[in-house]
Amino acid sequence: MLSKNQARAFFLGGTVVFFLIFLGLSWHTLAREVPKQTHEENLTEAVVRGKKIFDENNCMGCHTILGEGAYYAPELTKAYERKGEAYIKTVLTVKEPWQPRGRKMVAYAMSDEDASDVVAFLKWIGEIDLNGFPPKPDLQSKVPVPAK
Amino acid sequence: MKYKSQQVAWWFFALSGILLLLQITYGFIMAFAHLGYDGLHEIIPFNAATATHKNLLVVWILSGFMGAAYFIIPDEAEHELISVPLVKLQFWSLAIVGVTAVIGFHLNWWEGRKFLEIPRPLDYLVVVNVLLFLYIIIMTLWKGKKRTTTSLVLTMGLLFAALLYLPGMVWFDNQTTDSFFRWWVVHLWVEGVWELIMGGILAYLLIKLTGVDREVIEKWLYVIVGLTFISGVLGTGHHYYYIGTPKYWLLIGGIFSALEPLAFLGMALFAVAMYRKGEKRHPNIMALNWTLGTAIVSFVGAGLLGLAHTLPAVNMYTHGTFVTAMHGHLAFWGAYGMLVLGMITYATPLMTGRKLYTAPGASYAFWLSNIGMIGMTTAFAAAGVTQVYLERKVGIDFIDTQQAMEVHFLVLIAAATLFTTGIVMFVINFFKYGRPTDEALAPA
Repeated sequence: MLSKNQARAFFLGGTVVFFLIFLGLSWHTLAREVPKQTHEENLTEAVVRGKKIFDENNCMGCHTILGEGAYYAPELTKAYERKGEAYIKTVLTVKEPWQPRGRKMVAYAMSDEDASDVVAFLKWIGEIDLNGFPPKPDLQSKVPVPAK
Repeated sequence: MKYKSQQVAWWFFALSGILLLLQITYGFIMAFAHLGYDGLHEIIPFNAATATHKNLLVVWILSGFMGAAYFIIPDEAEHELISVPLVKLQFWSLAIVGVTAVIGFHLNWWEGRKFLEIPRPLDYLVVVNVLLFLYIIIMTLWKGKKRTTTSLVLTMGLLFAALLYLPGMVWFDNQTTDSFFRWWVVHLWVEGVWELIMGGILAYLLIKLTGVDREVIEKWLYVIVGLTFISGVLGTGHHYYYIGTPKYWLLIGGIFSALEPLAFLGMALFAVAMYRKGEKRHPNIMALNWTLGTAIVSFVGAGLLGLAHTLPAVNMYTHGTFVTAMHGHLAFWGAYGMLVLGMITYATPLMTGRKLYTAPGASYAFWLSNIGMIGMTTAFAAAGVTQVYLERKVGIDFIDTQQAMEVHFLVLIAAATLFTTGIVMFVINFFKYGRPTDEALAPA
């Protein structure tokens, strides 16, 4: 039967081995792969300013981005592609709460420059290689069309 | 209770209870907003409510862990805490930083990073606070007569939790890198080092409540925390599927996170086996209920419901939906909420000297909160599955999907009312025990 010393060796040994593997993979991911997958060459100052504005207003507190955040407002990963620059800038600069069918967004009343920075950030986000996320609706074509 | 300084745990437990009630209040604000009743939008917009809800969760659980450590370490090390005034200082600074952060969230003062919304200047105060806490715990252990496995595992968990807070404090320009390190904090806390803390507290409670030999319990404690790290560290990969990180994480995260339930299964089997093996029947039946409950519900909530959406092919559709909220609620409740309430239930009669083990409300508190939380989890599951099919599989517009989900939020609110009734009874019961007294001190 397993002794306490063996159990301790299992815990300490397992922890050290798997943590080292994790550190190695993390290094490989961040140093080699992330710059390519996120097109780091396009990470301009405007994108970084946009991220800062995005963070400082806790946009993730209602929206998801890269699938992470809260589920009160639409996923923003492909927002640039879906809605385009003009729409996004209007939402960010209006002085009254934007409320599509009653669901209110805080009225940020951003300056034109700030809104452009957020748009740059969202455009950059939309170009990241996300291994296929968000998925294409695979049942859409199966929905029966009612006969006219 | 043998050591007078153990009494300070009461303050941390009291803070835990109050913050839990406040956390629940913000949960209701969000549930009503989902139904369209967002009358508080001007004062508490949804993002302020969610930041408050999540951070209060972290603070009340941490306050419970700290209280547990201040109660357990003197008992295990056979030494008074090195300084009660320092503990009091640490307590008040924790409470003040917590309250300041919550007020700040309402004034748009935060960092928008889920679970790590506390703004940077307050982060530094958190670090000072935690260093002070660790200093008190480690010095007490150092000066103590004994260093038991239980106390070492608990302290190791607390120390690693503090270290892992640091990667979350670095600014990265790249959203993917930022998210990568955010999970070092969030995942490696709740699916890593917090399980060490959980294992330590669980082992302590089982030793006290079942009377099983310490050597047996601590041997299995090592096996369980070993399983936790072997699966949980590389299991972090399940957060790296779709955020701009390479494809090998799909394989690694998929395999290792599918193994994560083993640690929780181990915890559940271990608790039940020790209970059946134990010949001693401690009169504090409610503490035993919470202890066995935390082991079993954490397996269901963290283990099984986590497994339900951890495989990459499933997660592709569930990532960023209410399916995550389903898992998150039962996992946090089972693994950490019930554990802290169990520790409070065990310690309160000992600290106050009021050996009332079967207060009439105590049993209702346990069952109402658990049944309520299972109902809430079911409502989140229904909402999440609806969202996955309508929005992700069929491609229906976001807001149409949200409106189709509204009925599930009615169920959520009904179940949350049951849950809240249980928690209110628990907290009232705790305060009815009164404050700790010296008369409760047992002769050494």
